Amino acid sequence: MFLINCPYCGERDQAEFSCGGEAHITRPKNPPELTDDQWADYLFMRKNIKGIQFERWNHSNGCRRWFNVVRNTSTDEIIKVYNIGESPPNINGNNPSTPSGEPIIGSGNISTTFEKK
Amino acid sequence: MTKKISFTFDGKKYFGNENNTLAEALIDNGVFLIGRSFKYHRPRGIISAGSEEPNAIVQLESGNVTEPNVRATEVFLYEGLSARSQNNWPSVNFDLGSINDLLSPFFPAGFYYKTFMWPPKFWEKYEYFIRRAAGLGKSPNEDDPDKYEHFHYHCDVLVIGSGISGLYAAELAAKANLKVLLVEQYNSLGGEINSYASQNLQNNKSGKKENYETKLFNEINLKLEKFENVKIIKHTSVFAYMHNNYLLACQKINSKDIRQIIWKIRAQKVVLATGSIERPLIFHNNDRPGIMLANSARKYANRNLNLGKNIIVFTNNDYAYQAAIDFKLLNTATKVLVVDIRNSSKGDLVEQARGLGINILFNHVISNTSGRKKINSVSIHKINENTNSIIDRYGKVSCDLLCVSGGWSPTVHLFTQSRGKLIYRESDATFIPHKSFQNEISIGACNGTFELDKILEETYLKMSKLLSSFNKKIQKSDYNKIEKTFYDKMKHLWIIPSNINFNKTKMFVDYQNDVTAKDIKLALKEGYKSIEHVKRYTTTGMATDQGKTSNINALGIISELSKIPIHDLGTTTFRLPYTPVSFGALAGRHVKEFFDVERTTPMHNWHLDNGAKFEDVGQWKRAWYYPQNGENMFEAVNREVKATRDGIGILDASTLGKIDIKGQDANEFLNRVYTNSWSKLKIGKCRYGIMLGDDGMVIDDGVTSRLAENHYIMTTTTGNAASVMSKLEDWLQTEWPELKVYLTSVTEQFGTISINGPFAKNLMIKLFPNVDFSNENFSHMSFKNADIDNVKCRVMRISFTGEMCYEINVPSSYAKSLWEKCIELGNEYNITPYGTEAMHVLRAEKGFIIVGQETDGSVTPIDLDMSWIVSKKKYDFVGKRALSRKDTARNDRKQLVGILTKDPNYVLEEGAQLVNKISKLPMEMIGHVTSSYYSPNLGRSIALALVKEGLKKKDQTVYAPMPDKTIEVKISNPVFIDPENERVEG
Amino acid sequence: MHKKPKKYSVFSLIKNSLTYHENWQPAWRSPEPKKEYDAIIVGGGGHGLTTAYYLAKNHGITNIAIIEKGWIGGGNTGRNTTIIRSNYLWDQSAALYDHALKLWEGMSQELNYNVMFSQRGVMNVAHTLHDVRELKRRWHANRLNNIDCEWLNTHQVKKFCPIINTSPNIRYPVLGATLQRRAGTARHDAVAWGYARGADAMGVDIIQNCEVTDIKISNGNVTGIETTKGSINTKKLGIVTAGHSSVMAKMAGMRLPLESRPLQALVSEPVKPIIDTVVMSNTIHAYVSQSDKGELVIGAGTDGYTSYTQRGGFNIVEDTIAAVVELFPLFSRMKMLRHWGGIVDICPDASPIVSKTHINGLYFNCGWGTGGFKATPGSGWVFAHTIANDEPHIINAPFTINRFSSGELVDEHGAAAVAH
Repeated sequence: MFLINCPYCGERDQAEFSCGGEAHITRPKNPPELTDDQWADYLFMRKNIKGIQFERWNHSNGCRRWFNVVRNTSTDEIIKVYNIGESPPNINGNNPSTPSGEPIIGSGNISTTFEKK
Repeated sequence: MTKKISFTFDGKKYFGNENNTLAEALIDNGVFLIGRSFKYHRPRGIISAGSEEPNAIVQLESGNVTEPNVRATEVFLYEGLSARSQNNWPSVNFDLGSINDLLSPFFPAGFYYKTFMWPPKFWEKYEYFIRRAAGLGKSPNEDDPDKYEHFHYHCDVLVIGSGISGLYAAELAAKANLKVLLVEQYNSLGGEINSYASQNLQNNKSGKKENYETKLFNEINLKLEKFENVKIIKHTSVFAYMHNNYLLACQKINSKDIRQIIWKIRAQKVVLATGSIERPLIFHNNDRPGIMLANSARKYANRNLNLGKNIIVFTNNDYAYQAAIDFKLLNTATKVLVVDIRNSSKGDLVEQARGLGINILFNHVISNTSGRKKINSVSIHKINENTNSIIDRYGKVSCDLLCVSGGWSPTVHLFTQSRGKLIYRESDATFIPHKSFQNEISIGACNGTFELDKILEETYLKMSKLLSSFNKKIQKSDYNKIEKTFYDKMKHLWIIPSNINFNKTKMFVDYQNDVTAKDIKLALKEGYKSIEHVKRYTTTGMATDQGKTSNINALGIISELSKIPIHDLGTTTFRLPYTPVSFGALAGRHVKEFFDVERTTPMHNWHLDNGAKFEDVGQWKRAWYYPQNGENMFEAVNREVKATRDGIGILDASTLGKIDIKGQDANEFLNRVYTNSWSKLKIGKCRYGIMLGDDGMVIDDGVTSRLAENHYIMTTTTGNAASVMSKLEDWLQTEWPELKVYLTSVTEQFGTISINGPFAKNLMIKLFPNVDFSNENFSHMSFKNADIDNVKCRVMRISFTGEMCYEINVPSSYAKSLWEKCIELGNEYNITPYGTEAMHVLRAEKGFIIVGQETDGSVTPIDLDMSWIVSKKKYDFVGKRALSRKDTARNDRKQLVGILTKDPNYVLEEGAQLVNKISKLPMEMIGHVTSSYYSPNLGRSIALALVKEGLKKKDQTVYAPMPDKTIEVKISNPVFIDPENERVEG
Repeated sequence: MHKKPKKYSVFSLIKNSLTYHENWQPAWRSPEPKKEYDAIIVGGGGHGLTTAYYLAKNHGITNIAIIEKGWIGGGNTGRNTTIIRSNYLWDQSAALYDHALKLWEGMSQELNYNVMFSQRGVMNVAHTLHDVRELKRRWHANRLNNIDCEWLNTHQVKKFCPIINTSPNIRYPVLGATLQRRAGTARHDAVAWGYARGADAMGVDIIQNCEVTDIKISNGNVTGIETTKGSINTKKLGIVTAGHSSVMAKMAGMRLPLESRPLQALVSEPVKPIIDTVVMSNTIHAYVSQSDKGELVIGAGTDGYTSYTQRGGFNIVEDTIAAVVELFPLFSRMKMLRHWGGIVDICPDASPIVSKTHINGLYFNCGWGTGGFKATPGSGWVFAHTIANDEPHIINAPFTINRFSSGELVDEHGAAAVAH
């Protein structure tokens, strides 16, 4: 359970919050004009980033307010918390260097336990 | 004086001392054969003195307090303790399973992947026997009588481990006035100090160093006791290191009230002082009872146990000499021999041993052992300078205890759980902490620092840095006048050379799972090259000790056999828990009546008093039906349904979600979240709405009333109340922040009493004499405030039964008395409380849907034949766009219809599938029955169903093939009663 | 061509024991990648291995490489609770999973590798009237789809699994259960190893410790991949990377309707046989079986956020254990021995994607969520067909990416929608 710094209540256990998924997906203003593909794109398609992700969280077992969070999904480190409506902050991401973020050699879990000399 | 405690092992009675572990007491009683191994059923004894023990595991107690797989090294004696050996039949001394040992050539690693495949389909027969042979102890088969607790703790500094480094760190943090928690897994502080020479040595000149350490320990200990800001918990194993310095520990209390406590600790800083674990050496027949880790044996010797008179120490390092020295000084043994792999050593301890007259054989190895149930001799061979092959036979030497030491492995489990990264140190073949990921430091042996002077120095330096982040400065404690000991280099030899063909050897790596060095060779040969593949193919490191003593040896053997350096192999993951944790502790209080919150309505006690049966709806307990005078459910429900249509039925509808909506844009908000138009809803009027997801599927429905210009009250279904509230908040806060709308959940603020039936109005007039209930002034789908005895109520005239109906929302604290008043005043109209089952029948008679029953996340309002509620005029509402998608807009989707069985007395099963025609399996299904009841008002069964192109199939015959027979049914209109909606007007 | 591997049998074991097991052959080779393959499968998990196996076996395409960034079977294949069943609600899902179940039934013999598929039955327990309705709906649908399924009342549940707590006084009493007797468990690692051995024998190159760093696309056609072991050309590229599907999609400039979430599981210490079936409860979130080794194997729920850390919140584990103790109070003194996490990629409709893409030669097999293990052979079978023919098999035709545009979803968790 990582900690989330609710902008309204302060640091709390993640278990008090619920995640609303990728942030900055605006509901289209002109749905009737969109194609099925465009609607699916809004509704379903997600970046699902490994690394720095902008996402929405809700302090559902607390103040019930929504806010945005920048989180590294490959480490669960929270980099920044900011309000709904603010534009995404510029984060100099330390995105994983290889796509998986793990070293080449050894077991799939090697990065979590061991650093090669 | 210690008091004698009686206990039994395998039914035999023994006596032990207070503060002894079961292992200690058994050793002292000369019991060395404790159990049998997993696969070959080889006799096994006690190897270690701690939580790393792979062999000496027992079934503790019996009946409802039995516990399987308990390490004898961890359980402390108490009067009457009863333990049994595991995994043997008929007894640990004579175990028929040991035939597996003789057959072991046929059972190499992974043999089961290569056989038991013929004849086909016979696997389950083989498996029956395999399963009975596997497993260790026995699961309890009665309910656990004990209770468990969870405890949250926040501190500045958490110190894990109370060896010298941990104690010193705790002292330094305590002096800085911080809130400190010190956790020790055993029942006494001190860690390795407990293996040090005790009182016996104090007067001995050669015991100076031990005295110093013991003294040091006592000194710090005494100081710590004085700090009020330090909390010390013993017998507590930290088993998980999670995100953001969140750690979990399990404390064994074993009190009458609480058996174990899970500590959930959130610490600013964590100090890992978890020590290290000694490694066995890998040689032929290295698993016999009486073969022990050197330092563990030393600890036992210092506790004055009868270990053996003729002890051999087999080592590759200097540290093990301390054991030999202690055996000599303590007069544990009459003969002590050290067999050292290395060519020589100039270490201080070696010199000291020599001085004590201990015989030392350098350049020698133990190549074999004998003694079936207890070691009685070893074979010793001389090895070459490169220590890789045998050159000469030294001979067979008898002994009654063999102590082994392959060096030390830092206990980095928690460090890696914290996602820190390790690095491999070639000099002593250890993995040590390298890069931290969280706010933690590792000190002492778990950091690969083994010597006292260095430990104290390191602890001071690292703690100073750690404490500076709290803006604290500390003074070094004056503990540093230490006589330095010189330790010579160790020599790594992952596989001890033997005169026997390697392929015939039994060099155990993982004792409990019976994994040998040659099993690892086989795995590599067969292409299982990744460390994880070797682990999974051979099962090394997967026993109840999770490889605490075996993992590094397995890695070394892989490295040696595959010629890949260890630092290129990596390690397997150190998984939580560090030591096994009972389910009971993990569940804590969240069992039985506290398993889940039970939500009850304000009238709940009335329902109880009146014999209601309850139904679980989400977390709610809802009255299901009220059997009277021995009625069965069918009779009770029929009575309730009929009474509602004939007189008055009264329903507790308090569980419906209620959301208070205020703000100048509330009307616009409703227009966006519901499919229909709300613009023209007048104050004092109610409207039914259906809510969709943006995928066009129905997620909720309910009635919303306009209480004032900018004030509405929305009702939701019981189960969706929370999710609808969340979704609405989501829209408002994130998508439409420009709307001035404020939501409050008021579900539990009101009790809701629903009064239905032709005489509903009569009762309402009696209840609220000042309210005009005429149809002109209080029409269907309208709302009024009403007072009763100065209590403000909201009355909505809405109906879920098709009868004239008033729903009274009353503040919760008055709900029960108002309910009772309704019952009292309604007596003359045969007022009948009805439960959810009758509610279902009544609404189904009218063809009303229930979200979650007629819908399942794949149903649109059009599918429900409710296109009337989907506004064509609104440019947009949530879900609108999705309704015109290619598949969603099809007109041959499954649609809601009524179903009438040919046999009017047959009530279909809900969930029954429907087909156009009966055929061989598989049959093409056209839909399913969503609701089905007996309607006492119609005197026949009725059902609702979703059927492909159902709207076109009215009056057609379809079939419900049930397991016993096929039911012929006709598709009908889903409104079975009063299609003209006359009854609702009274 | 490659030599046929020597057959495994009790005789080969005895024979090899005479030579002290010196002469066993590697189960698969460890080749270096070639410059070009007819098809490349990214991901050496169960689904990737079966895809390659069936491409070779059913479609004669043997010039194939499997590219695995770690070790084969190291993702969800080696981390799941090994439950195999086919009692799905919708026709489309039932067809997919039952096809897989049929392949499970002959797998050990087909592969000459004992995957220990044990048809000890799977019981899905109902605790509320809503559960009863939904499970009965599934039961009837299964029956008519010719998938074995029975309904057990509370008494029959107790008879079938005597240690389950069927007291009417518990918080969520057992009201009944469906039972699929053909369902069961298997040895998860063995599935990966068996298919690897089988694929290798037909010439498939299994390349471990090799990570794909880019997908090469030219004029809307796949031309190859860049890897940590160099560039490899191919015109057909099948991506089967489970939790990392979106990472791969990004290389092709695509997004998928997926979220990758932590899923946790644990085992207890091993004990003698105590539970002889698989018990699943959706309502209270507990999944329990006992492995051949004697460990209780327990699955938890997913966390509600994206994470590639293979670690979830411990509160989820506590809830799961509480549910297990609620259903099986006698397990209270059992101990958790080992806990782990994996990354599951979940589709909005809880059904997988086995599909072509708008890029020629690029295929995705993903979105299996928490339940992909059971589909392992069937998934590979239909994905191989899709890659070989550039057209889906009739069984995976409903599981295209296009369904998210058309709305033709196969909503399997809809069937578990909350109560009214």
